[in-house]
Amino acid sequence: MSKIVFKVGDDISTDVIYPGRFMATVLPTETPQFAFADYTEFNTQLKNKAFPPNSIILGGANFGCGSSREQAASTLKGHELIIIAKGFSRIFIQNAINLGLRTIICPEIEGELNDEIEIKDNKLTNKRTKKTYDIVPLPKARQAIVDAGGLIEYTRRRVLEKHAR
Amino acid sequence: MGMTIVQKILARASGKKSVDIGDVLEPRVDIAMSHENGALVINQFNEIYQGTGIPAKVWDPSRIVIILDHRVPAETSKTATNQKKIREFIAAQGIPNFHDIRGDEGGICHQILPENGYIRPGYVVVGTDSHTTSHGALGAFSFGIGATEMASVWSLGTALNVEVPGTIKVDVSGRFPRKVGAKDLILHLIGMISAEGANFKVIEFHGKTISKMTTSGRLVLCNMSVEAGATSGIVPADEETVRYLREVAGVKGKIDIVTPDSSARYDEVIEIDVSKLTPQVACPHTVDNVKSVKEIEGVKLNQIVIGSCTNGRLDDLETAAKIVKGHKIAKNIRMLIFPATWRIYREALKKGILTTLVDAGAVIINPGCGCCLGVHQGALGDGEVALATTNRNFKGRMGNPKGEVYLCSPATAAASALTGVITDPTKGE
Repeated sequence: MSKIVFKVGDDISTDVIYPGRFMATVLPTETPQFAFADYTEFNTQLKNKAFPPNSIILGGANFGCGSSREQAASTLKGHELIIIAKGFSRIFIQNAINLGLRTIICPEIEGELNDEIEIKDNKLTNKRTKKTYDIVPLPKARQAIVDAGGLIEYTRRRVLEKHAR
Repeated sequence: MGMTIVQKILARASGKKSVDIGDVLEPRVDIAMSHENGALVINQFNEIYQGTGIPAKVWDPSRIVIILDHRVPAETSKTATNQKKIREFIAAQGIPNFHDIRGDEGGICHQILPENGYIRPGYVVVGTDSHTTSHGALGAFSFGIGATEMASVWSLGTALNVEVPGTIKVDVSGRFPRKVGAKDLILHLIGMISAEGANFKVIEFHGKTISKMTTSGRLVLCNMSVEAGATSGIVPADEETVRYLREVAGVKGKIDIVTPDSSARYDEVIEIDVSKLTPQVACPHTVDNVKSVKEIEGVKLNQIVIGSCTNGRLDDLETAAKIVKGHKIAKNIRMLIFPATWRIYREALKKGILTTLVDAGAVIINPGCGCCLGVHQGALGDGEVALATTNRNFKGRMGNPKGEVYLCSPATAAASALTGVITDPTKGE
């Protein structure tokens, strides 16, 4: 069971998730401090480790639109958050998969702050409303990267295969 | 069934005769571009090789292009150290195509690539920047990726798991009214289909208006296609493309042109007649919040920005200079100009364009991404409002979540600089 700890609307851009002024900070070990930096209260809660791993950010449509900055995925991955949204922008979800940030596409999802969500068998259930929603599965090609534990590991295997030939 | 231009390009780059929408491919990459975030790519690239006993060498140094543009000259020691790390990597790997912070070769990546002949029709181009969509203007399939994905490209020379995208065909007809152009067209289109209207899709531009449009205008259309979520914007190469490649980019030798089949299948066809199009503005804080300038005339401004990879080319600066020539910009307004590259800067200098702008009260900033993404130069104060020819108006974009950014064409920006409020440049035409 995971709790919704932050809820945002449609078209949340990577400028909101990870403001441009922090872009000189690139390492995944250093980016988590600037997650949603302009939402001071949420940012402070994250930094104070107020939420257990697998807590949920609930987004609307087109989550992660805008810049290709990978910091927007690594900053959320650093807090072990799960992002559930009605939809994601292409580059953001690709970055998330590559880095192992858990993203769930669920076009019908409805929920409020502090709702408990059960994630099971390609379905989400909101425990408060007792409503169940279908998850849109990732394409097989993307799933292969998730299964490998991220793109670094996936590419490392490919490099080793190539070298062995 | 015929193929779209992107199907054809991807088939060729994957060694296949034909591909279907949704096929998963691993196309070879012709050009792999990075800027300052190359520092993160280097980190991830080294990580891939960690513990393998294999030396970390990029697949083909001649296909990698690195341009420093996002924070130039460095605004902090942290940035300067990242830039230093990039220079060291470039030297160690023998990467020949590097555009450092220099007046003879520097500028914004999305203008450096076309202007220096790195892009050819039919190429597969990837860049660690979302506006890599720009290079579709020369008939390439060009898209943005993240840093780890680029590290993978540097290792393997291919883009992994590329799904052949569906395509929206945009057919444009009619002649633009005076002082209305490519920027107004793309803002109008984004407003029409929304910020996610082309998510995971490609926008292919066609029609008589596009045939007559210069490469500069086509770059605007493809650059901002990503603001509708598009994987790429693309204009099939034609005579104008060849002219640009020969005359501007200095390309010699054969130019191979890829065009879509007339029987290609499109997800959607959108027809736009521009003959009655009016100047458009994207209002805060989303790029699809588009209105006609007429609807919001009079909004008070603090800063005008003309430049960026979207609208920092010579014709953009010339348009602005013509409008402000012999006048002064309004009191209490700042007008910042940042040409897209130093080549454009030098041409504008020679033609007297920069002098005209400065005489009117503008400030010229060195080529680079500048205030567009709010990390360097020209941040907004609390409650301040900017009107910019850049590409994004998200909350916080210009360095301050308490500021507001409106997006428009160079003509609208220049006309508004004179009045200090959002102004229709076609008034009195």
